[in-house]
Amino acid sequence: MMIIAKDLTKRYGKATALNRVSFTIELGEAVALWGSNGAGKTTTLRCLLGVQGFEGELTVNGIDVRRQGKAARTAIGYVPQEAIFYDMTVLETMRFYARLKQVSASRINDLLQQMQIDIHSHKRVSALSGGMKQRLALAVALLADPPILVLDEPTASLDVKAQRDFIHTIQSLNYAGKTVVFSSHRMDEVMALASRVLVLADGALTLECPPYELAEKLGLHRWLRVYVSAPHRENTLRVLEEQGFVYTPNGRSVYVQIGKGGKLAPLHSLQMASIPVEDFDLIDGDLNQGESHD
Amino acid sequence: MALSEKELRDALRNRWFIVFTIAFAGLALALSALMQPGGSQFQVASYSRTTASLINLVLLFVPLIGLTLGAANLAGDRETGALAYLLAQPVTRVEVLLGKYLGMASALLATLTLGFGLAGLALALQGGINDAGGYLLTVVLAYLLALAMLSFGFLMSVLAQKTAAALGGALFLWLLLVFLGDLGIMGTAVITQMPIGSVFLIAAINPLQMFKIASILTIQANLEVLGPAGLYASNQFGNALLPLLLAGLLLWIVVPLLSALVLFARQEKLTLKGSLK
Repeated sequence: MMIIAKDLTKRYGKATALNRVSFTIELGEAVALWGSNGAGKTTTLRCLLGVQGFEGELTVNGIDVRRQGKAARTAIGYVPQEAIFYDMTVLETMRFYARLKQVSASRINDLLQQMQIDIHSHKRVSALSGGMKQRLALAVALLADPPILVLDEPTASLDVKAQRDFIHTIQSLNYAGKTVVFSSHRMDEVMALASRVLVLADGALTLECPPYELAEKLGLHRWLRVYVSAPHRENTLRVLEEQGFVYTPNGRSVYVQIGKGGKLAPLHSLQMASIPVEDFDLIDGDLNQGESHD
Repeated sequence: MALSEKELRDALRNRWFIVFTIAFAGLALALSALMQPGGSQFQVASYSRTTASLINLVLLFVPLIGLTLGAANLAGDRETGALAYLLAQPVTRVEVLLGKYLGMASALLATLTLGFGLAGLALALQGGINDAGGYLLTVVLAYLLALAMLSFGFLMSVLAQKTAAALGGALFLWLLLVFLGDLGIMGTAVITQMPIGSVFLIAAINPLQMFKIASILTIQANLEVLGPAGLYASNQFGNALLPLLLAGLLLWIVVPLLSALVLFARQEKLTLKGSLK
């Protein structure tokens, strides 16, 4: 087990921020912490980092966080919602954190290339865009090649393209074996990244489930938006109806609700009915509340 | 070490610090030049006058810069959110505070070395240094005072959540130590007809007074210049006075710094902006 939390409790005076939260996270997992503001997501991350006291037991990579906070942090690369860097260039920042983490500076160029910010290495950090600053934070987090990445709402302050690029990078790191723990408000982010979701409410762990199950419980479904030409529109709706899909026509496209692993099912049905699909994309969320594209 | 180097580099880029360095070095150089009468028979007196003037310069400038730089340091990082991000790295709170302190201390001592170095060089070139050992001891005392003030500044920085509050506290302490302390003791002594020994002991608690008395001892054998309190101290403590004052200044470095370390190590409330919430 990479992370073991047992009866994790954190109190601020009379207020209980975390109440006997227990969970385990295995090597290579990507786990999302989901919950509203004040649910305990960030408090849990702070406990993992060992930057605050808590009751209960918590081990990270076999290290007792409460007794060896610094050692636990060597196993973790941390990316906050918005990293605040000192007034230095990108390269100086990387060198500073490499020395702070007592690791060789030999990885710096590779990491800057990997994060696609190597061409900005002589710029001051303050001149970078939000997306580039987050990629720099990720590069800093990866300096010591830690087995665990902890991310606190990492894409909250990014635009759509930067969000997509950042999530893609985290996905690659997870596929390469990094254990990823992140907090998020965004269902598309959770769906794209997490293999499991820990749902927190009022400091308690209320649910542990796969992301699609959480989406269903929240009434947030994943939709396939299918584009068909006007002559095939009526036939498309008939086929979807016959096959039992939940769908909503929308202009020259049709939204089709999909479940676990069901992205291909509507496309397959339309193909069998010889209906040419011009294009499609995936959408997460409640169609009545707005949408987020994948 | 990485943090100390960063703090040193930051201090050397800090406009406020650069102004202080130039002002201190310029004034120290000007004082050493102005106090030279030219005739060799006056050299001993001019050396003492230069050192005495430098002591007054140190008493005014060093506490101000030491306190304010220290106070703005941690509190500033806390306010921007940089501290929270720093503490999420594999470093301990003690390492962070000590690293910052050492970096700022290096910058401060470099400034003093520059000022005293230029003044000493000017004196030496004119053949005005008749007691290099005493001059160096004054420099060491100025170092100790600077470190003590920096320790106080860091303590303010740990205690205050906002930079403005930390700086306000630092400026109040500066006023208290430089002006109000003396006036308060004098007033109290007159009103209560306090014994001279008590007046001396209360005054000597102030690290600035410790520096002043010790520095005077480096340029003359007794403390007549300080009046009855000085005579009392000379008679009461004799040769032990200088070591006692040195030990007192060391205590003023160690006690506030240790207090800051203990308090900071126990603090959990990080600034929320931009990082850990």
